[in-house]
Amino acid sequence: MRNVWTIATRELKSYFASPIAYILLAMFAIIFGYFFFSAVAIFVDYASRGQMGMQMPPMNVDQFIIQPTLGNFTIILLFLSPMITMRLFAEEKRSGTIELLLTSPVRDFEIIFGKWLAAMLLFACMLAVSMLNLSVVFLLSTPDWRALAVGYLGLLLMGGTFLALGAFISTLTKNQIVAGALTFGTFLMLWVLDWVNAYSTSTLGKVCQYIAIAPHFEQFSKGVIELKDVVYYLSAIGLGLFLSKRSLESLHWRS
Amino acid sequence: MIKVERLTKRYGPTLAVKDITFEVEKGEIVGFLGPNGAGKTTTMRILTGFLPPTSGTASVAGYDVLEEPLEVKKRIGYLPETPPLYPEMAVEGYLDFVGRLKGIASADVSGRIENVVDKCSLGDVRGKLIAQLSKGYRQRVGLAQALIHDPDVLILDEPTAGLDPKQISEVRQLIHQLSGEHTIILSTHILPEVQTIASRIIIISDGKLEASDTPENLMARMQGHESVLVEIDGPPEDVEERLMAVEGVNGVSRKNGHGGRTSWEIDTGEDAAIRSEVARAVVESGWGLYEIRSVGISLEDVFLQLTSSEPDVSEADAAPTEETVEPAVAKATPADEPPPPDNNEEPSKQEGAGTS
Repeated sequence: MRNVWTIATRELKSYFASPIAYILLAMFAIIFGYFFFSAVAIFVDYASRGQMGMQMPPMNVDQFIIQPTLGNFTIILLFLSPMITMRLFAEEKRSGTIELLLTSPVRDFEIIFGKWLAAMLLFACMLAVSMLNLSVVFLLSTPDWRALAVGYLGLLLMGGTFLALGAFISTLTKNQIVAGALTFGTFLMLWVLDWVNAYSTSTLGKVCQYIAIAPHFEQFSKGVIELKDVVYYLSAIGLGLFLSKRSLESLHWRS
Repeated sequence: MIKVERLTKRYGPTLAVKDITFEVEKGEIVGFLGPNGAGKTTTMRILTGFLPPTSGTASVAGYDVLEEPLEVKKRIGYLPETPPLYPEMAVEGYLDFVGRLKGIASADVSGRIENVVDKCSLGDVRGKLIAQLSKGYRQRVGLAQALIHDPDVLILDEPTAGLDPKQISEVRQLIHQLSGEHTIILSTHILPEVQTIASRIIIISDGKLEASDTPENLMARMQGHESVLVEIDGPPEDVEERLMAVEGVNGVSRKNGHGGRTSWEIDTGEDAAIRSEVARAVVESGWGLYEIRSVGISLEDVFLQLTSSEPDVSEADAAPTEETVEPAVAKATPADEPPPPDNNEEPSKQEGAGTS
């Protein structure tokens, strides 16, 4: 565990020693702030129309602000997470520092878990930034905090899935750009996998729907924890980390 | 300390290391010598547990590199060809990271950092970012990284590659200072390097072990004698007669000189100890002594002869050195000839080397 922490802290420090962490966080803050602002603006617009006596559906903050904002968060995550993971192993392979890690008395799994943990911590910083925005809602209204907590749990699980798969793809190449492009392509594919088969009842369609990453978040954003979604994300994280370990092992044999 | 037996490494169809066997005792400095691509780095990577061997075994301090890699890794300090540095880190932070990675207890890390910073003279740059350091300093940080957990074995892959002459001599000096406490294997393709540092040289060429001996023995086996070159101002006939009279001189041959002087090459029996005798003889006879130096065969010659592909070279020189160099012996004694009695204990090794 100590080794995991050693590797994670070094990785996290190097995120913050380079512009990567700041740029990612700044971009996130701007985009998330925009999404949040537009959700609030729509809510205010609807509310004022209601006051003017128009026929409006019943409104609440959870459904009109928090739920769409969390949904938009996942889209930002889709775009930004490859930028978090693309350097994890590719950079070490390019610079040769991977040789230091692989000749130190640490297990392969500790290396992978440490790096994934560092990526998760950077992601947690994004979550914190988003909470700053959402805290405004708590100042002016009384949304259901338990539903929001479940939503954040879902974000954590989805982020973990993206980062674990991204870490695996980063072990495959020395080139960060290649890793980034492959990662983004894979994520996008996982994202849209259910679009074609949305109404299909064939087995293939069902499989695609299950594999697609976004539908599993739906219930979380509503504040509902469904076991099958938790299992999906946890097993996807496990798969990503396992594949990374296998890939790292094969480095011993190939390089 | 290090035991390598019949080690073979194959990358796809290419054999990088062929059936190498050697041992390194505690406290030895062994120089891996060979042209680029000879298999030095591969052998070292196998020892560090970075690469698994295709066949054969390697063990460090009694631990097999495949069976107990973590135990092996705890005992090895490794400096790869390009030092594994994180440019965005400061020297001290980097050493702290490596120290923890190598399993040093948190309480001891700062003490160990002080120690290696001191040893590698990094005091001036300890707070600087690695990205800002010169090549020489980076190499020293690389060495410090390898030393941080005070390993029994140091494996240095071309530690002086790419440095300027001053830095090279500094690094060599550093390695020399370390020799007391650590068993060191270093690879190089530069001859003077091993000649000055190593207590034993292992010559690898084309993945095969060509020789393993002390620098002195290696040179001696190439030529049973050494010669001394003198340049003397005096009547050639008298000089020749006088030089022949010096004890230990086997023969004298006249070379071209410049000015009124003549150069002589003196064949000596053993070593260059006769130089003072020769000098005294010349001075006592009242002639002028302009130059006197040993022109013993250089390690360079040995190396070139051993690694050149003509088979006659290695076979010709293997014969008189049966006791000292095992693989060469094996090559020189074909299967139909009984091996010399002192080599009986390892028939398998001979078989292996004989096929190469």
